Parts: sequence; structure tokens; C-alpha cells
Amino acid sequence: MDRATQSEAIREATAAMADRMAAEKSFLTDLDSAIGDADHGANMNRGFQAALERLEDADDDPATLVKTVGVALVSEVGGAAGPLYGGSLMKASGELEDGVTAESSVAFAERYLETVEERGKASVGDKTMVDAITPAVHTYKKAIEVDDHDPLEALGKAVDAAERGVAFTTPIRAKKGRASYLGWRSVGHQDPGATSTLYLLEELFAVAEEHLDGDVEIDAEADVDPEELEEAAADGNGGGGP
Amino acid sequence: MVGIVVVSHSERAAEGIREIAREMGGDARIEAVGGTEDGRIGTTPGPIREAVEAADGSGEGVVVLVDLGSAVMNAELALEEAAVDEAVVADAPVLEGALNAAVAATAPDATVEAVREAAEDAADVSKL
Repeated sequence: MDRATQSEAIREATAAMADRMAAEKSFLTDLDSAIGDADHGANMNRGFQAALERLEDADDDPATLVKTVGVALVSEVGGAAGPLYGGSLMKASGELEDGVTAESSVAFAERYLETVEERGKASVGDKTMVDAITPAVHTYKKAIEVDDHDPLEALGKAVDAAERGVAFTTPIRAKKGRASYLGWRSVGHQDPGATSTLYLLEELFAVAEEHLDGDVEIDAEADVDPEELEEAAADGNGGGGP
Repeated sequence: MVGIVVVSHSERAAEGIREIAREMGGDARIEAVGGTEDGRIGTTPGPIREAVEAADGSGEGVVVLVDLGSAVMNAELALEEAAVDEAVVADAPVLEGALNAAVAATAPDATVEAVREAAEDAADVSKL
């Protein structure tokens, strides 16, 4: 895929993500009002609308486009999701300077996870977006580097993994973020940041599907492997942080 | 003089904290920044960076006091971009830390490290 097509795909993915955030605004805010400050849906929607506007004037270069989305989210979101999503996209965009390839996308994903963990000082099991990102990134890396899958198939597996990560946030107690102030009362609620992470990955997959060869079905239920999640959790906890 | 920046999710809270800190450290250079740019509860890095640069008037450095979650992250992001030589986020309660920092900053030999330590000492103060 040439640079122009990559840039086009990034613009399409951002538009799809913006539509999804608009559609899920109330649901995400409902999740956040149960255990947070009830602004996640509105914040993500505002951030992605701003990202779309800023992309209109941005140069057609994959790294520049992703960085532009990051800058927009950092400036416009207003909650912790701003620095976490936006700051991490800004930093990880550096991995795409030579374009989007299977290899650079793995580096991008790893850098993104690393930055979220550092900035949020969160690990797997804290009931945050890290619980969705970690299994997704680990699964993606393994699918590409160990199992030799093509990027689309790998991304499909990553979406499945993120979905299981989101489910994992429900029965656990929050240790980071606003929900941690609720202590045990946070148990039984799905984490909003993990949920929006899954939605964005689903949109990324849908757009990738239009641009990459392959026929992949996303089906979280068909491929449940609890050991994989535990493995991801063990790796994540080894990465430092409280 | 070492500058101080108070960051809160609420603009009014940030200003109120500055008001209280000024009672003790009257001459300290304190900037208050809070809320989002469109007036909601929250924080964004842009205004924090501007406040840090404004607080660093004489180039002797800045200590930043923050309230919750995103204030910490946005302050860190702001410091990565701010055009100042030395600026740190203090790991301290925002109100008591700001008051301690204001007093420390008015000492004739104040340094960023000394002001930060004074702010962080506030975490160990028992009230009862």
C-alpha cells in the first residue's frame, strides 16, 4: 500500500472513529457516570470532532496525520482521556515516519501501550483502558511476529482480545483513575476508557478491512483463551508501575 | 524568585487556593490555572504551559501543584513543551502544598528543589 493510500486510510479511520464516538456518546457517558465524572462520551466526541477539523489542513503523511489527531485530542478532550489517548498517539506516531507496514504498526502499538502505562501509571488489572490495550497489543504483536499472520487477521485478533479485556474490567476493583475513589463500589461496572478503546479498534479494523486483502470475521466468543489474557496480565505487571 | 503554578480541575478552586497561599507567601509569584478552555471542569495542557512560562518570569524555575488525575498528566505534558529551564510537578496536596511552596519561594535563597520539598512536606502533615 503506497503512502497516499495509507494517508487516505488514516483519514477514513479517523472519520469512522469520530462517527462511532458520536454514536456512543451517551453510552460512554452512562458508563462514566456510574464510576467516574460522567464526561467520557462528550469528551471523546468533542475530541474526535476537533481531530476531523484539524485533519482537513494536515499534510498527507501517515505520521503527521496520526500526530495531528493526537494533538487535537490533547487540546480538546479536557479529561484524562486527552493526555492518555492524544499524548500516546503523538508519541507513537513517530514509529510511522517511514510509513505503515506490519513491522511499523507493531512498533506503533507497543509504543502506544508503553506511553499510556507511563503517563497513567497504570498496569493491567487496575480497571483502566490499559486492560483493553495490553491484550490487544500483545495479541497483535504475537500474531504478526510469531504466528506470521497478515496485519488484517492480526488486527481482528487484537479486537477480540480487547473485547475480552473490556469484559475483564467489569468484575474488578478500580485502582487507578476517578473510579478508584469509589473503592469496592467500582466493582460490577465496565470501564469507560477500556470500552472506548475497543470501539476505536473496531473502527480501525473496519477501515483496514476495506484496504487490506483478507477475509476475517471478528468473533470474540469463538476464540476465548483465558490463558492468553492471564499471560498478558502477567507481562503487563512486570512492566513496572505501582 | 521561583514561580508557582496551581492547577485544578476548577478555575475557581485554583484561584481560591492561590488566594489562600498568598496570605502567607504574599510576594510569591503564583499563577492559577483551572478548568478547560471552554469553561468546563477539567484541565488541558495549553493553558498550563502558558501559566508555567508566565510564572518563570525571572528564569529561576517553577514548581507546579496539581489536584486530581488528568491535572497530573496534563501538567507533565505541559512541562515537556514549556520553554523554561527548570520546572517540576510536586507530589503534594494541592492546597497545603501551594501554601508551603509560597512561603518557601519567598526565602532569599529559594531553589526549585527547596520549594518542591517544602510543598511535598505538606503530604506528611497530620491535622488531628
